[in-house]
Amino acid sequence: MPELKMQPQHLIYKKPSLIQAIKKDYKKNKWLILMALPVVAWYILFHYVPMYGVIIAFKQFSPIKGIWDSAWVGLRHFQDFFNSISAWRVIRNTLLINFYQLLFAFPAPIILALLLNEVKSKYFKKTIQTVTYLPHFVSTVVICGMIIDFFAKSGLINDIVAYFGGSRTIFLVEAGWFRTIYVGTGIWQGVGWGSIIYLASLTAIDTELYEAVTIDGAGRWKQFVHITLPGIAPTIVILLIMNIGHMMSEGYEKVILLYNPSTYETADIISSYVYRRGLVEANYSFSAAVGLFNSIVNLTLIVTANYVSRKVNETSLW
Amino acid sequence: MVVRKTVGDYVFDSLNVIILAALAVITAYPFIYVVFASLSSADELTAHSGLLLKPLNFSLEAYKAVLENPIIYSGYMNTLFIVVVGTTYNIIMTSMGAFVLSRKDFFWRKLITIMIVFTMFFGGGLIPNFLLVKNLGLMDSLWALIIPGAIGTWNLIIMRTAFQGIPSGLVESAHIDGANDFVILFRIILPLALPTIAVMVLYYGVGHWNSWFGAMIYLRDRELWPLQLVLREILISNSTDEMMSGTVAQDRAAIGETIKYATIMVATLPILLVYPFLQKYFVKGVMVGALKG
Repeated sequence: MPELKMQPQHLIYKKPSLIQAIKKDYKKNKWLILMALPVVAWYILFHYVPMYGVIIAFKQFSPIKGIWDSAWVGLRHFQDFFNSISAWRVIRNTLLINFYQLLFAFPAPIILALLLNEVKSKYFKKTIQTVTYLPHFVSTVVICGMIIDFFAKSGLINDIVAYFGGSRTIFLVEAGWFRTIYVGTGIWQGVGWGSIIYLASLTAIDTELYEAVTIDGAGRWKQFVHITLPGIAPTIVILLIMNIGHMMSEGYEKVILLYNPSTYETADIISSYVYRRGLVEANYSFSAAVGLFNSIVNLTLIVTANYVSRKVNETSLW
Repeated sequence: MVVRKTVGDYVFDSLNVIILAALAVITAYPFIYVVFASLSSADELTAHSGLLLKPLNFSLEAYKAVLENPIIYSGYMNTLFIVVVGTTYNIIMTSMGAFVLSRKDFFWRKLITIMIVFTMFFGGGLIPNFLLVKNLGLMDSLWALIIPGAIGTWNLIIMRTAFQGIPSGLVESAHIDGANDFVILFRIILPLALPTIAVMVLYYGVGHWNSWFGAMIYLRDRELWPLQLVLREILISNSTDEMMSGTVAQDRAAIGETIKYATIMVATLPILLVYPFLQKYFVKGVMVGALKG
């Protein structure tokens, strides 16, 4: 075999030159290189070409001229964005929605996992899990369709409100209700799925620890405080840090399905604004500029979050 | 060991069961309502107010109307095509990338890893991606929903981790036996990593089934629309207009309410049917996702 001829070079510990190493690897891993090619080509085309395309944020892009020939305008689109009333509004809305999610949606799965952990009957626990995981798999369109229907003036929620003597509200045209509905239905859809990771880290806690403190006379509350909580604390901290790292990257899908001009005041977030200005109104360059600003903020936040989680836990996601 | 239960324990256990049962009801009831409403007769549902505890005057009319709708039928076919072809393509591309990154003896591994991981931190964003797909001539083609999403980088990292858990001696001995890397990946590695592959099929498959945004921005021809985009039109675009107009009678009557619910059922039933069989993979799926890459 040809490979065997190469062996002596290794044995005399001469460091092969770069070209030699490439040649040797080519001989040995021809097929692997062939396999890597479509993957690398795909990454270049669908990730690196759009990164190059981002330069339209600094140009006045015209589809006829193309990216290269469009005129440079420097930072004008960024200035336009930050001088507009929308800038403050969409940044505030993005941060507020995320803040409410951290406050309410983040602890919810932890509480659910802790409650499930105390359940004695395996059958009951399994049933609750099956039911609460389900909404995670239902499409955003269906979930939003149901939200619109249930919160309509003649919908189920208003029927219940009216039954108890309240007056009917058209929830989805009231700006004041948007965040509550958005975050609330998010919890409804995600709490079960989110609890899986905490349940897994709960089962990883050594049962001998519980036995030991029980012998020392600790009741269930003390077991919870001294064993359970410290046991899942690292998972909580990592997920919290990662969530903070994604503060500014809220997705647009659910927002653009649920909002309408009368709720823009509280509902319009950066990503939905980029979509609307860019794809609905065809302001490609302006919208790409807003998107780039958002990407840079996200990059900074995620890198910082990862750095912090590495410091705190000596673990990181990569 | 005898564990003595205190009064507090009993109170807590009962409360816990009540809270969890209530959560299950709150989670499940909206879906049950949809099922009952879809099986009700249109007139009675319109007149009804409040909770539904059974179908009102059982009727399959709404399902008949939905299944006779040609746009729903073409939507189904388009979605099936995207799910089957798209997921297959996802698995082939992702596993090839993962295999390349799992091979410690590969000279280019580090460079390719850096190139791939960087895309998790920074990307061009919505507009440049849209313009790229447009320039590639993929507008009004189902391939616009398949090719640009070929690889989820996070999934690739998960798969790479799974492949790294397979003893490298296996690959080496297959090499000595004269097998090339494609044979090794698809004949030896993939069968050994089957549980992880199942999770990937689940993630990619459900993702394709549920996606609508790409279709909305890339497909203008209604014949090409996948089910979710058809659903969006029926459930959301119409009702938003009605919501603005406001009166109770109007938004009930405009589109047959029962048809809305039947459409939801028709689009969600396949997921509900495979759901119990896939459930055993969930925990594994979430856990491999949480592992350090």
